[in-house]
Amino acid sequence: MALPTYAGPLERTWYYAFRIFCGLVLFFLIAPILVIIPLSFNVQPYFTYTREMLTFDPDGYSLRWYQEFWNSTAWMNSIRNSLIIGVFATLIATVLGTLAALGLSRREMPFRGLIMGLLISPMIVPLIISAAGMFFFYSSIGLAGTLPGVIMAHAALGTPFVIITVTATLVGFDHSLTRAAAGLGASPATAFRKITMPLILPGVISGALFAFITSFDEIVIVLFLAGVEQRTIPREMWSGIREQISPTILAVATVLVLFSIALLTTIELLRRRSERMRGMSPH
Amino acid sequence: MAHAALDPAASSADPGPRDMVTADGVPLKLSLKRAERRRKITAFLLVAPLLAFILITFVIPIGQMMWRSVDNPVIGTVLPQTIETLSDWDGEDLPSEETYAALVSDLAAAQENRSVGQLAIRLNYELSGARSLVAGLAREADELEAPFREAVIDDNRRWGEMQIWHILKREGRPYTTAHYISAVDMRYNADGELVRQPATQRVYVQLFLRTLALSVAITCTTLLLGYPIAFLLASLPMRTSNLLMIFVLLPFWTSLLVRTTAWIVLLQQQGVINDLLVWSGIISNSGRLPMIHNAVGTVIAMTHVLLPFMVLPLYSVMKGISPSYMRAARSLGANNWTAFWKVYVPLTVPGIGAGAILVFIISIGYYITPALVGGQSGQMISNLIAFHMQNSLNWGLAAALGTILLAGVLILYWVYNRIVGIDNVKLG
Repeated sequence: MALPTYAGPLERTWYYAFRIFCGLVLFFLIAPILVIIPLSFNVQPYFTYTREMLTFDPDGYSLRWYQEFWNSTAWMNSIRNSLIIGVFATLIATVLGTLAALGLSRREMPFRGLIMGLLISPMIVPLIISAAGMFFFYSSIGLAGTLPGVIMAHAALGTPFVIITVTATLVGFDHSLTRAAAGLGASPATAFRKITMPLILPGVISGALFAFITSFDEIVIVLFLAGVEQRTIPREMWSGIREQISPTILAVATVLVLFSIALLTTIELLRRRSERMRGMSPH
Repeated sequence: MAHAALDPAASSADPGPRDMVTADGVPLKLSLKRAERRRKITAFLLVAPLLAFILITFVIPIGQMMWRSVDNPVIGTVLPQTIETLSDWDGEDLPSEETYAALVSDLAAAQENRSVGQLAIRLNYELSGARSLVAGLAREADELEAPFREAVIDDNRRWGEMQIWHILKREGRPYTTAHYISAVDMRYNADGELVRQPATQRVYVQLFLRTLALSVAITCTTLLLGYPIAFLLASLPMRTSNLLMIFVLLPFWTSLLVRTTAWIVLLQQQGVINDLLVWSGIISNSGRLPMIHNAVGTVIAMTHVLLPFMVLPLYSVMKGISPSYMRAARSLGANNWTAFWKVYVPLTVPGIGAGAILVFIISIGYYITPALVGGQSGQMISNLIAFHMQNSLNWGLAAALGTILLAGVLILYWVYNRIVGIDNVKLG
């Protein structure tokens, strides 16, 4: 991509114009997320930069919105709900999804295309339709407005991600390894535990992270299915934006941004590890 | 398969594969077939728990919702005798005395078991004013005396018009297309013919078109912004591109509500962008730009939300294009632009297709961002489905709109699957 030394003025102009355009797009992507972080320290209940903030006057900054967030039972409840729902939904999605991916990646799997399509469908169907359908059905069996109802719905939404990531790790999987284990006397369970699992683990973990973030960030289903008792963080933000707009939302948003940075780092490390391990296995 | 070893005696006697047997004396072909079936069953058993789970928690609810869009039990169950007698009605003249008598007796019973309310609501979807028409007659039903035709028409002369009877006959059936007819802005007129809604009441077709237009706009802007970025990332050295990739992945991993909040902060009247423009003197304080609670807000915020979904498939396709193609084109006499347009762009078409359809599928069913920043002109079809689900409680219509949307998405998904294949979706 480097500009060759013999480039003419037109080429140079193009080159820099392109670079500047890309810079602007990257700025467009990242700026909205960065803009809210300083605003969350605003001493005033405004959503914009005050004069004090712009002159870096320490009086313009405070932690009051973080304090409010920390002292609010509604917000703390929402964190608890989000974690409970997220963890259980992830567990269900990961266990069932991994098993299914193992089955789906076998050559002998009957009706593979059809079943794959059905299992991936929660990712394709617009959330509003899933939410509407689930609302009717879960109400009729008494699961609407309960924690298990939301957990089941979120688990269903998370499984496609587990299937996709685990299937991807299984593509490069060398099946002679499990046969070798069986040949050396390992039972299928031992072979799975000692050979298959360590190799597909990066895929399982990143699938689990996807499932968790899907549940953690999901709001449409929660809007329809959850009662007051099951309000999650996004649900609380939703009413924060719609009803009493207060910079506490920005404090929460900042915490969530830090959380997503941590998740992003984890995923990236896992991806590198997976590539390293798959690079080792002979093809 | 481990025990299916060849019997050496059998194979030496007759080397033909037809008669090969295993150590247990079972013909090899049969034994292999059994092993194959066992493996099939094992594979299926691994998938079965999830399949059952998804069927119960997801597929059945969606199916039930689609069912609800044609299901029509109310009129038939509340007015059973009336519907029965209407079945031989020719629709030319007012129904017979017998039908009016049945109506009075049905309504008296309905008043007794309090099912008049749902009947009145159901009929009001078909005919405005039907609610009071039905409720009024139901209250009097006990005291009416024969001849019922005169008594009923005396109660409200609309019972003497053909329209209500056409509706009862048509909607008395257990299944209905009424919700789909409303969903495409049509209605039955007084003579029972299918006509378009009056211009002031056409809502849904326009909204479907607007949803399509907004989705196309969002797809175009993401492609316009995403293509250069993906090109840059794919052509930079690994170390730099990994660093710049953070700019794409961090928004991707950040909570949707956080990103939408950020855009509200940026775009609102007293927001950061307007403040910046006023401060720099580009606009006056009174001329602050309305960038939120309209279609502009929806397009800007959703472009931001969906841009990673365009960049990532494009990037993975571009990463696989060898730079030697461009060099070959240059050495054959093409200038930079021709080499790019005639060689590079055609090679990225699968990526463009994948990214565009993905963004289009997601944006066509989007709910949260339009609901928060869309205002009136930035609403999409999902918002109206939610409205009918939660506010107007017209669930049949919500289900019909949802089914139409779902059909559109599934067709697009089928196309996507043909182009990319769901197995090739890469995450992160």
